[in-house]
Amino acid sequence: MERAESQSPLQADRLAPVRSLLRAMIVPVASVVVALAIGAVIIALSGANPLVAYSALFEGGLGSGRAIGRTLEKATPLIFGGLAVSLAFKCGLFNIGAQGQLLLGAIFAAFIGFSLQGLPAVLHIPLALLVGAVMGAVWAAIAGTLKAFTGAHEVITTIMLNFVAFNLTDWLADGPWKDRSPGNIVARTPAVAPEARLPDIAGVPLGMILAVLAAIAVWWLIWRTTIGFELRTVGQNASAAKYAGISVRRMTVLAMVASGFLAGLGGAVETLGVVGRFQPGFNVGLGFQAITIALLARTNPIAVIPASLLIGVMQAGASRMQFNSGVASEIIDVIQAIILFFVAADSIIRWVLRLRAEEGERVTLSSGWGS
Amino acid sequence: MQITDTLARPSAARIPWVTIGVWGGLAILVLVAYLRAPQATTAVLTSTIRQSTPIILGALAGIMCERSGVINIGIEGMMLISAFLGFLFNVWTGDLLLATMGALLVGAAVGAFHAVMSITLKVDQIIAGTVINILAVGLTGYFYQQGLTTRGKLAPVSIPVLADIPIIGPVFFSNPPITYASLILIVVIHVILFRTAWGLRTRAVGEHPAAADTVGIAVNRVRYINVIIGGMLAGLAGGFLTLESVGSFERNMTNGRGFVSLAVMIFGKWTPFGAWGGSLLFGFANALQSQIQFLKNQLPPWLAWIGDLPPQFIGMLPYVLTIAVLAGFVGRARPPAAIGKVYEKE
Repeated sequence: MERAESQSPLQADRLAPVRSLLRAMIVPVASVVVALAIGAVIIALSGANPLVAYSALFEGGLGSGRAIGRTLEKATPLIFGGLAVSLAFKCGLFNIGAQGQLLLGAIFAAFIGFSLQGLPAVLHIPLALLVGAVMGAVWAAIAGTLKAFTGAHEVITTIMLNFVAFNLTDWLADGPWKDRSPGNIVARTPAVAPEARLPDIAGVPLGMILAVLAAIAVWWLIWRTTIGFELRTVGQNASAAKYAGISVRRMTVLAMVASGFLAGLGGAVETLGVVGRFQPGFNVGLGFQAITIALLARTNPIAVIPASLLIGVMQAGASRMQFNSGVASEIIDVIQAIILFFVAADSIIRWVLRLRAEEGERVTLSSGWGS
Repeated sequence: MQITDTLARPSAARIPWVTIGVWGGLAILVLVAYLRAPQATTAVLTSTIRQSTPIILGALAGIMCERSGVINIGIEGMMLISAFLGFLFNVWTGDLLLATMGALLVGAAVGAFHAVMSITLKVDQIIAGTVINILAVGLTGYFYQQGLTTRGKLAPVSIPVLADIPIIGPVFFSNPPITYASLILIVVIHVILFRTAWGLRTRAVGEHPAAADTVGIAVNRVRYINVIIGGMLAGLAGGFLTLESVGSFERNMTNGRGFVSLAVMIFGKWTPFGAWGGSLLFGFANALQSQIQFLKNQLPPWLAWIGDLPPQFIGMLPYVLTIAVLAGFVGRARPPAAIGKVYEKE
């Protein structure tokens, strides 16, 4: 996939950012529209009315204050996941293991949340968030280290680590960290202490605020720091980076650690902000949604926010759609996959809209087995 | 220089002592185990072959694609869609053979989709595979209705005389059709790749498409056909899951097998027999997992702790094994040189 970004600091044209932003938005927006249209055809083929389904979908996601609250709630972990995948892409790494990293972050945040009692919130919350994020980072670091030192491709190792994480967290929630309160028979941890729950700040959930701050931080890291410059250099051309004296191994591990940190933080935020404990089957499918979001946002950290909100609306409205129109909520997975297809195969949209292919720096999103 | 080297028959001159040692050691181990506990050993080995069937079929799919220079991480999704539609065909027609053919055709269609994306539309091939994987989860989840009743599954066929040999008989000669097919396909694909003109073309296209083009090979056509064949193999793996192994469809029933296949392919250095060795290893890990209840009472005292492990740890085994195999072997294996690159005429 090609991607163009006119981020050269040498450009003096003041309006250039605005124009390039608008140009950059054409393909993602068109992809969403086309995907919704194809989704409508699939809904119609399965015997339901697409208009009824879609109006219920968007009503359930945007129709009321509560609906919007639900959308923000759903979008929060998606932002973290989308940021995690985007950041790894910048370094030429394809992290499809955000799911596993999120699980690790979630269960360790839950552990800190329920095992420490009587800690003030100002200490308890940061500690639980940090431990969750660090565990996500550790989980991703396994894949990063293997990639850097043995060449094992991160696509396979992160997926395998997802399955290991499923089993590991399932065991923890059903074994050592199981909720032993009378009456509970399912696998889950005890509820976290009230002091560890994320509060709302001026009506906005703290988790959402953290997600937006994280997006800004990632943007800053990528575009305003030396590390970010080195990450991008490795992502664009690893051999050139090596020639310039950048340690590709160090950057590979670092990018995965940062990516896993974000995913783990997402899991921690979801646990402390929404669920209040860990239970298996937590946020299934987030890893794939995060990929769709990252590509929809063209790996731009700030654009991850609206992309996540869009997917968040669909998730928030899915159950209402199923209730009102009888369309199974899985249709939103299909629509997301079609969005991903059109964003990835952007030549189709460009051809239909007669857009010229953008010239600019080409970025290989991912690398083959050998490198 | 590299081309002549890699297109030559794989390591014909060297005697693979390590391979001989490993397989010899395993054979002795199996014999000892058989003498101590004949029933358990036969059960585990039979299960090993069956569990390795979708893995080797997936790995063969990967080999066909990647030898021609196209990365295919969508094998997981190809398996899942074929498993689902194969099952539906069985429900509708009640004919297992037709359903298997259906799964093959569906695999071919998804393979063609991958070819269109990665060859014609020039989508990053890893993203193209991801599109297939996500689409597969979404579509099968959306169209799957619970309560569809199965119409049975492919039954084992014993080959007379051969099936009566102890150990070897029940393990190799008393299998259901797709398992036999997978064993035959290992040989067939080996022969195609290394003994036919088509195989030479495939490997040339995967190693040095520009050179292949100069001698008149239609690079993209060869790639298209190989990716479609790969899709059919993945489709057969999917058919195995619903039509031979389980008998019905479950959401996400592939459980990462497509990705394990890719690890196995790398482990086997992109050769069918090498990949088979890897598949057997995973089949064995899965067999232990599925037979653990049965094995518990048969374990010698010094291994009794294995029976007491939480099931989740045994469930992790195949995945941890994949990571270990990948980390241990990928550095030493060299993928086809032109892999993942779109070929454009100069």
